[in-house]
Amino acid sequence: MDVIQMQRTWVEYTKSLYREGFLDSQFAQLQLLQDESNPDFVVEVVSLFFEDSERLLNELTKVIDQQQGVDFKKVDAHVHQLKGSSSSIGAQRVKNACVAFRSFCDEQNIEGSLRCLHQVKQEYFLVKNKLENLFSLERKIVAAGGSVPTEELNFL
Amino acid sequence: MGMAVVEARHLAHDHQFHVLAIDDSIIDRKLIERLLKTSSYHVTAVDSGSKALEFLGLNHNNYSIESAAQDDISLIITDYCMPGMSGYDLLRRIKESESFKDTPVVIMSSQNVPSRINTCLQQGAQDLFLKPLQLSHVTNLKSHLFRSSTSNTRTHHQNNNHVH
Repeated sequence: MDVIQMQRTWVEYTKSLYREGFLDSQFAQLQLLQDESNPDFVVEVVSLFFEDSERLLNELTKVIDQQQGVDFKKVDAHVHQLKGSSSSIGAQRVKNACVAFRSFCDEQNIEGSLRCLHQVKQEYFLVKNKLENLFSLERKIVAAGGSVPTEELNFL
Repeated sequence: MGMAVVEARHLAHDHQFHVLAIDDSIIDRKLIERLLKTSSYHVTAVDSGSKALEFLGLNHNNYSIESAAQDDISLIITDYCMPGMSGYDLLRRIKESESFKDTPVVIMSSQNVPSRINTCLQQGAQDLFLKPLQLSHVTNLKSHLFRSSTSNTRTHHQNNNHVH
């Protein structure tokens, strides 16, 4: 694939992520903050998000698995954090899954919480995969001497 | 470290406003730092209210110990909901201190709770920003730096009510 084709693919792929609700306008804010003096900003923030989210998901799995009764305050605190960070990077579907999760925490509903945890994990790994694809394409474009055409995202 | 170096540091900061940012989320700290730097602010970001108090040189009784921060911090921006000391408690401690009671403080919150906004404003916060933080929040900050501590505003919150 030549640079122009890769750039076109990047634009279409990015548009699809917004269209399908994986990303919202907050991700566009991150892209706006990236420039020549901060060329890796988006990858850096998203990498922090990946690390932090996986830590939280592991903690959640542990807490909900407790045989002696689930500490819903702890569960809620972790989900609150995940909701916040996913909101900050524009990972809309993860954020929405967290919102649903919190209402089951309020009800102290173990079944519901388990289902929500599963849902959040699913959404998280989906968006992680999508973003990794996106970043991989960006690296290829740059390696081929091109630049990532963020200016083409004027539909946002 | 000689006097010349200390003076040079003050001069370097003369044309830059130094903002102290507090947020327990590493993602949000990264975002705040980058946002503030687009407006050429010098940023110190810490992850808790107690670290903020330490940085400001405020001990338990709010008597300040020698701290370079006293001459330097133009604005404090803090998350509301944090483990340990909340942003609200931090706000109170800052407003009770001699050295920083006139320093503008902005609160960030992920929840749009009118009573929370009112309580913070009454406690002396300059404004409350609804998360997630965006460029539009930062471009409004300069007006807070020059406003006196007695006049509060909710206009930014009202104008930027992005509910996702």
